[in-house]
Amino acid sequence: MSTTEIWAVILGGMVVTYGVRASFILLPHPERLPATFRRGLRLVAPAVLAAILVPQVFVDASGRIDFFSPRSAAAAIAAVIGGLTRNTWLAIGGGMISLWILQALLGPAAG
Amino acid sequence: MKPPFRHEFLRGVRDGLPILIGVLPFGLVFGTLAIKAGLTPAESQGLSLFVFAGSAQFVAVQMIAAGAAAPAVVATILLINLRHLLYSASVSPYLARLRLRWRLFLAYLLTDEAFAVSAPRWRQADLEHAHAYYMGAGVALWTCWQLSTALGIAFGARIPESLSLAFALPLTFLAMLLPTLIDRPAWSAAIAGGLLSLALRDLPYGLGLILAVVIAVGVGVSVEALGGTKPAEVRDVDD
Repeated sequence: MSTTEIWAVILGGMVVTYGVRASFILLPHPERLPATFRRGLRLVAPAVLAAILVPQVFVDASGRIDFFSPRSAAAAIAAVIGGLTRNTWLAIGGGMISLWILQALLGPAAG
Repeated sequence: MKPPFRHEFLRGVRDGLPILIGVLPFGLVFGTLAIKAGLTPAESQGLSLFVFAGSAQFVAVQMIAAGAAAPAVVATILLINLRHLLYSASVSPYLARLRLRWRLFLAYLLTDEAFAVSAPRWRQADLEHAHAYYMGAGVALWTCWQLSTALGIAFGARIPESLSLAFALPLTFLAMLLPTLIDRPAWSAAIAGGLLSLALRDLPYGLGLILAVVIAVGVGVSVEALGGTKPAEVRDVDD
């Protein structure tokens, strides 16, 4: 992406984000959101986060799906740590340390 | 600042401090990863300054690095930040009597964290300067996010490639995902989102991600609707 396009993303991202934040604050008589819409909004976060992380964990450098790699093992360990401790930083730290150990054991090429 | 306003503002700053301990490392990681993804320092700080939305910034950087088209990245930022509609609707009655320029400014500060910190304050009795409390929490968060991004930009480039630091990004998403998995609709949306995104990953311009998210939210809403109309049967199967 060129510098111009990246700045277009930044300014576009600003417009849509600020627009959403200001929406009801600027309305003189804010209407209530429909219940179905509210429920949908709550589910956007889990849907987006899973959709962005799953390919990063399970697709290798050549673009093929690989469920058994140091990355998937490290992500599984991070998920278990996060689920048990409910601590974001332990999960990320545990996942990174697991990845380093697995890469050291399996050779630097394994990613 | 008049004394009651300043008092509320400082209370907001103070009550916002604990959450900054969690925000600071995110800003450091964001600044670092934005540079690792090939953004310039100005572009990296620009995202924090103008978009000012943590998870959307991380996803934008990831999509830019993966070669997505600009409109797809902006559409994804919108999708991720749609949840702010809830916050905006929720605080709007308390800000309605303020001048327009105040409302324009306070809308910029409306983040997950500022909303979370100020939510208990709106429920208290004396609301005359409650917006100053919210502003204090928002300004504290804003300052922390900008400074931690700048620190990440300044020092992140010194971290060696062999540490595979880019993998901290999916781990960060994973750590943010876990607390949202509070019920079956949320699990359904996450599983559908992950699988669809994997299946649609070769679609151009980052369209696969957007399509996966829209369908996954539909799946989650459907699961919730099913759970609501036929609770006994559904529960027998899954729980």
